[in-house]
Amino acid sequence: MADSTFLDSTELVLNMGPQHPSTHGVLRVIVKLDGERVLGTECVIGYLHRGLEKIAEHRTYQMYAPYVDRADYVASVSNGLGYCLAVEKLLSVEAPPRAQVIRIILTELNRISSHLVWLGTHCLDIGAITPLFYTFREREYIMDIYEKYCGARLTTHAFRIGGLQYELYDGFEQECRAFCDLFLPRVDEYEELLTGNRILVGRMRNVGVLTGEDCKAYGVTGPILRAAGVKWDLRKAQPYSGYEQFDFEIPTGQNGDTFDRYVVRMEEMRQSARIVQQALERIPDGPIMAKVPKVIKPPVGEAYVSIEAPKGELGYFIVSDGSTQPYRVRIRPPSFVNLQALDKMARGSLVADLVAIIGTIDIVLGEVDR
Amino acid sequence: MADELTPPQRQPAAPKSAPEAPRAPWESELTRALQERFGGSILECSSQHGQEFLVTLPEAAVTVLEFLKTGAGFDYLVDITAVDYPARPERFELVYIVYSFKRNQRIRIKIKIPDGFQPATAVPVHLTADWLEREVFDMFGIEFAGHPHMRRILLPEEWQGYPLRKDYPILKQDEAWVRENLGIDSSQSNG
Repeated sequence: MADSTFLDSTELVLNMGPQHPSTHGVLRVIVKLDGERVLGTECVIGYLHRGLEKIAEHRTYQMYAPYVDRADYVASVSNGLGYCLAVEKLLSVEAPPRAQVIRIILTELNRISSHLVWLGTHCLDIGAITPLFYTFREREYIMDIYEKYCGARLTTHAFRIGGLQYELYDGFEQECRAFCDLFLPRVDEYEELLTGNRILVGRMRNVGVLTGEDCKAYGVTGPILRAAGVKWDLRKAQPYSGYEQFDFEIPTGQNGDTFDRYVVRMEEMRQSARIVQQALERIPDGPIMAKVPKVIKPPVGEAYVSIEAPKGELGYFIVSDGSTQPYRVRIRPPSFVNLQALDKMARGSLVADLVAIIGTIDIVLGEVDR
Repeated sequence: MADELTPPQRQPAAPKSAPEAPRAPWESELTRALQERFGGSILECSSQHGQEFLVTLPEAAVTVLEFLKTGAGFDYLVDITAVDYPARPERFELVYIVYSFKRNQRIRIKIKIPDGFQPATAVPVHLTADWLEREVFDMFGIEFAGHPHMRRILLPEEWQGYPLRKDYPILKQDEAWVRENLGIDSSQSNG
């Protein structure tokens, strides 16, 4: 129309990101708005694409292990576990029992630290500044344990194909136990601060609803799926690394909204601490490394192995051509697939809620873009 | 390794072709139902490392996915990916991974397609397929017929070339794009 000016238009296209703290990294969301209402969103991703899958084809199996830590860098131990399990599947070896229990301890601590990052940043996004300082205080204990165990804090490369490289350091058990004893009451403290907080609950309830059916249609897994009432966790459904020997609950929600996801993740942190406590009681003696040749050449074949990472199903599809380098490594990242449901969750909500929804998906762009 | 850090004057490696892997036949109620329903479209039912997979005719893949979803409870599409075998006449292997919550079972459906073949999109069956297919297109250049918006997802839209093809060297990049958009000459050689 010739006479209309931009003032007559009710639709507005707005760019969020890629440089904005609430997008948790370099995510750009193009939002179409009608006033405050979101009519639709489109994600522009790839800013952090480093070609991890291509690099894999030019590295040996052992050399590639540190790279996977860079996918989801706040849960690098989980990444390493998934990769090691996948290569072990191709090699038909299994880590010795001692290594498996230690792996579980470190992976569950990692789940706690990943959820702590989520809790701190998510609350920060929706206006609660204090929790960030508390959660990073607790996360520091876990980082210290990692640092003492393998020398690195964030991208740990803690596991090796076939088991572990490092034996536990003196005082590992005591430090983990002390952390769990300290951490469980701290979760109650967070809840005291947040769960009954009217402002926070108001920002989260009925925001970004995703039903169980929606989750399955979009392939969404992890806490988002469980918050929608689907009691599904790979640690229970298809146990790996000996998770079947541990007693823990799968928390679920009913409404599938941001608040339920918050509740589910809070409870998951408690359950992870429980698993760590149980595992500390039963670290068996024995070797920490299975018999794996120095030069790893898996027989020709392919395998898909997935684990329950803090953010959902993390899978590795590896094709071996019998040489020392993988023929193809495909990383099935939970964040990438979960982010796809953003549009579904955000339509019809307010712009301010969009920030809450991005936070509640708990994405890590390193994993989205790889 | 030193030679990885300083790229030597090396020709791009001749495309490797993976030999065929040993596999065990897979027979179950599900495979019988599939064979009854699709007959000759199911080329193979096997398992490897205890993981079951089907090989179907390229044209049948999406109908098989739909049958698995509605008739057998495989309602969660885990992943779509591809593997490049340049030495084979059917260059790409397209892999769909599906999971059934009811059966607690995960299977793969594979099709073998030549370069240029456009497999049908799985978006009408599984919404997840949207981004997954875009990524396969981005990395391998396999276009999905009927996809709502078939364009690149991770790389810039104007990028030339498909990085996960075996004939795309690891140090290669779209130098024209880099020069135009970043204003720098690429420091990487086409190693």
